[in-house]
Amino acid sequence: MTTTAPAPVPMPWRLARVEDGWLETRTARTVVLDVPGWPGHDAGQHVDLRLTAADGYTATRTYSVASAPEAGRLVLTVQLVGGGEVSPWVVEEARAGDELEVRGPIGGWFRWSAEMLQPVLLVSGGSGIVPLMAMLRERSRTGTTTPFHLVHSARTPDHVFYTNELHALAVSSPGLRVDRLYTRGGLPDDARTPGRLRPEDLPAVDAFDAPPLVYCCGPSGFVETATRILLDKGHDSGAVRTERFGPSS
Amino acid sequence: MNVVTRGFAGRRGPSNPRIPPGQYLETDFPVLSAGPTPGVRTEEWRLDVVDTDGTRRSLSWADLGALPHEDLTTDIHCVTKWSKLDTTWRGVPLEAVLDGDGAVATHVLVHSYGGYTTNLPLEDVTGGRAWVATHYGGKPLTPEHGGPARLLVPHLYFWKSAKWVRGLELLTEDHLGFWEQLGYHALGDPWREQRYVGD
Repeated sequence: MTTTAPAPVPMPWRLARVEDGWLETRTARTVVLDVPGWPGHDAGQHVDLRLTAADGYTATRTYSVASAPEAGRLVLTVQLVGGGEVSPWVVEEARAGDELEVRGPIGGWFRWSAEMLQPVLLVSGGSGIVPLMAMLRERSRTGTTTPFHLVHSARTPDHVFYTNELHALAVSSPGLRVDRLYTRGGLPDDARTPGRLRPEDLPAVDAFDAPPLVYCCGPSGFVETATRILLDKGHDSGAVRTERFGPSS
Repeated sequence: MNVVTRGFAGRRGPSNPRIPPGQYLETDFPVLSAGPTPGVRTEEWRLDVVDTDGTRRSLSWADLGALPHEDLTTDIHCVTKWSKLDTTWRGVPLEAVLDGDGAVATHVLVHSYGGYTTNLPLEDVTGGRAWVATHYGGKPLTPEHGGPARLLVPHLYFWKSAKWVRGLELLTEDHLGFWEQLGYHALGDPWREQRYVGD
């Protein structure tokens, strides 16, 4: 145990400008932010996003970054939360040229970089795919062939973010496997009956050449179920990193 | 910097002096943790208290139950921005757990089942400011909220209220805990908005 004394320099708030945006589903929007001076981040980290009203009132929320690390640019995907304050602006109001502020990157635990050579198992529920997508994009950007297996749970195919990109990555990236499962209704030729996550949906530890590092992100109930199954299937609790979505309205 | 975000008005309720800066009111009780929920049975639960001279005491669940309990109602503030008001807890004041240990200590490093740690100045966990909590909302703490027992330090951001507490290491200097080594503030006072290193 060592005592470290990091230089106490607060992370600055940085001006961000909306460059582009599109809907991922009917209630989730991806926004591309141009952030001069942004130092980059690690895949899996998040940022604080601050909106300021004309009278100076501010609201701040935390969102996972969806993009691979890149200086000066950030991509977020925000799920609309009913009764929320920041998410409705991002999903329904934001347009190119709008200005806001970001601060970060935040989170030193739930992150992946290409120097990490173990196989990786990604498990996501709903909008929990966002930080995992940053990892998949970073894997692709760096050209590493570290084995990755994504198991993604969504209500229906219409609720899956990044559909086209996931498909393209899955067919073009050696060592990457993508499994989708649906809780409410799937596609006509699905072998799996729709329903919540079941033990057979997740691979056991010995399905990998070496024990994988596991990243599990989603609503709390989903993460509880998934991590219980993972431990039952031989994964070590120290190898399972979680990020639970509290409401981020 | 004074940026005004076009199209943003906010959904502010009446301002509430009990909500610290940068926080919003939450009525749900979100769960946040870095790894799987450890299943700890009360039969095997232990709380080790290690003093600065290395002396170790180990409390069983029955030992904890025999100590004086308090019921309290308090507000809690999570660094992820939510605050929840008037939460009700039952627990043992940390002073009763320490029982005179830590006479020369200045800090405590709290250890949890699952490997999580968090650091606190001793003055922030004594004087009726911290508890080992066993009940929330009148019921035994559920595992996902830190059961069977968690630390409760409501005047600091809630990551300091370590779930699944299993040890108190008394120290004569500050040793950073899990989140504190990963960029979060060493103290975490919500009223001074000490979220991250340097705040």
